Amino acid sequence: MTIPHGSGNLVGLPFPTAAKPRVRDIGLRANLRRATGTIRAKRAAVVEEVERTGDWEPLREAGRAIKAWTMRNLPELLERFETAATEAGAVVHWARDADEANRIVGDLIRARNQREIVKVKSMATQEIGLNEALAAQGIEATETDLAELIVQLAGDEPSHILVPAIHKNRSEIRELFAARMPGTDASLTDEPAALAEAARRHLRAKFLSAKVAVSGANFAVAETGTLVVVESEGNGRMCLTLPETLISVVGVEKILPRFADLEVFLQLLPRSSTGERMNPYTSMWTGATDGDGPSDVHIVLIDNGRSATLADEVGRQALHCIRCSACLNVCPVYERTGGHAYGSVYPGPIGAILSPQLTGVAANKSLPYASSLCGACYEVCPVKINIPEVLVHLRQEAPKNAAEKSAMATMGWVMRSRRRYEAGLRAARMGSSPWRGKGSLSRLPWPMSGWTSSRDLPVPPRESFRDWWKREAAEGTGANGEGE
Amino acid sequence: MSAREEVLARLRTALRDAPVEPEPVRDYRREGTTDPEELRALLVDRLRDYKATVHETTPDGLPTTLSAVLADATVLAVPADLPVEWLAGHTGEVRADPDVPGLDTSDAVLTGAAVAIAETGTIVLDAGPAQGRRALTLVPDRHVCVLFAEQVVATVPEAIARLRSPASPLTWISGPSATSDIELRRVEGVHGPRRLDVVLVGAADG
Ligand code: SF4
Repeated sequence: MTIPHGSGNLVGLPFPTAAKPRVRDIGLRANLRRATGTIRAKRAAVVEEVERTGDWEPLREAGRAIKAWTMRNLPELLERFETAATEAGAVVHWARDADEANRIVGDLIRARNQREIVKVKSMATQEIGLNEALAAQGIEATETDLAELIVQLAGDEPSHILVPAIHKNRSEIRELFAARMPGTDASLTDEPAALAEAARRHLRAKFLSAKVAVSGANFAVAETGTLVVVESEGNGRMCLTLPETLISVVGVEKILPRFADLEVFLQLLPRSSTGERMNPYTSMWTGATDGDGPSDVHIVLIDNGRSATLADEVGRQALHCIRCSACLNVCPVYERTGGHAYGSVYPGPIGAILSPQLTGVAANKSLPYASSLCGACYEVCPVKINIPEVLVHLRQEAPKNAAEKSAMATMGWVMRSRRRYEAGLRAARMGSSPWRGKGSLSRLPWPMSGWTSSRDLPVPPRESFRDWWKREAAEGTGANGEGE
Repeated sequence: MSAREEVLARLRTALRDAPVEPEPVRDYRREGTTDPEELRALLVDRLRDYKATVHETTPDGLPTTLSAVLADATVLAVPADLPVEWLAGHTGEVRADPDVPGLDTSDAVLTGAAVAIAETGTIVLDAGPAQGRRALTLVPDRHVCVLFAEQVVATVPEAIARLRSPASPLTWISGPSATSDIELRRVEGVHGPRRLDVVLVGAADG
């Protein structure tokens, strides 16, 4: 049996082409630098709080191991989840790909005679292009996260998993609300609190009248059939609580074996993601509950390339991702290009390994090169996904010639051992002058030299990486993680 | 083949040659401090850090404290099973388990909680006694939550251990609703309650 790949919003222009105009956009770069810098600092502070008790590494290791065990036993766990959720009153649907998932959701909404629904931000529904598919069926989906609302009003695409409107500043948002949000007062200022208040008033009427809501889920517990949504604003709670019908679109990899496993992920996720000890709201629901929340509860489990990803013994770890976005915020390439350059709903380092696997590398050839392989993403990942290792592995999937292939094999070997890899980085750092003078990244000291001698380091955009590298060399500080 | 059968078959095919994964090792911390004073101080610090207002009182002082905290709540929503003595000093209109429009026109809601986590400043509601259904603590603009010292644990694993039945809906609350979506400036209160008051009931007076 060959396993088909996924479809949906996962492929765009080749990365180098898409990245160039972004890197030249000074305003975008300033917003991004400030944003990623702020979140990085917040994350570091709350992670350090846990490191002081010696608990961060054991938690990361438990997170990694639980995810690895889950993936190994995924079919059985999904069956278990289905049984438990069904017993609790939910209806479980399965979708092979984006089209099928969109059809299931659209049919459910139309069967309830609804033309308007409210939505909680969810990567899975963005991946399958649900809003566009619903619009084609005459159903209007309103995004209720503040950032998603901004993006939707602008007719734009999200640029960051966690802060999708990171590319818009307050005066741009004010203009957008005044022009496009019905009922907005002309006296609206660009104070963030005033903007939030305007969104609150605009959306409240929709929450109180909506009959159907669509959500994703951060976790799905096999043991109990419970779904979990982690959020900040309360729009999630509104969608999960007030409508009569709730449809949750959930990737099959969101499964956790046991309810108690949440104790690991609810510590790893908020600290890694928003840099908080805990996010303002986490909702957990199990099927339907009499007299409390939606009585008509549906769960759509989607594959869309996940089984194909699972088949790759090196690449399958990408399915462990809990979408915290820590890897985006430390990535020197992302900081320069922003999320749109990746052409997929999954940007940054995780996008560079997840999107090509969901679609098949042939459909997404440039993304495995959208990285400098600096390793910072691996250092911060709360579930220890070895992103550089997977990047190098994916580059090998479509080798150009024998020399390049062996260079890549060396790189893979370097990446697999943290110690070798860090030694390589240190050596590279100390020997930084050769390329700095020449303005190209053509030579690196061994063990990285095997790679660069056959091909210039594939670092789109090369220019941004050089700047970052210079700053690194000058400051000698920590974008590469602890102790560096 | 149905989608269900096909997805499961694909996953089984994908795992055909995968090695057995060892049982995850869970050697992280499961317990923090149990010292009541340390727990209290930590919880209060973390709640305040996330912009909740904390009021400390004793079992005997609870009605008086609540009447002061709720002084400006003209219309107060409560779960149907709220202990009546909590409201002994309250003079405004009280709505027991109102519908959503009734909640939308309430100034505040008063509930209890199931458990609180000191290290993260989190309150967990599990639809148990004095908590009511989820909409209650969501729609009004202010949530006043009564928490007893014996409900406070140090760590997330301890809280999970106390919540062994997820059959009823759970809501974890850490501070008021917030967004950082506009230029990463934290703004308290978007759709959930913009004000969170925690009334922490300690041991009885000496
Ligand atoms: S790959 Fe790791 S760091 Fe990146 S979003 Fe996923 S879990 Fe977070």
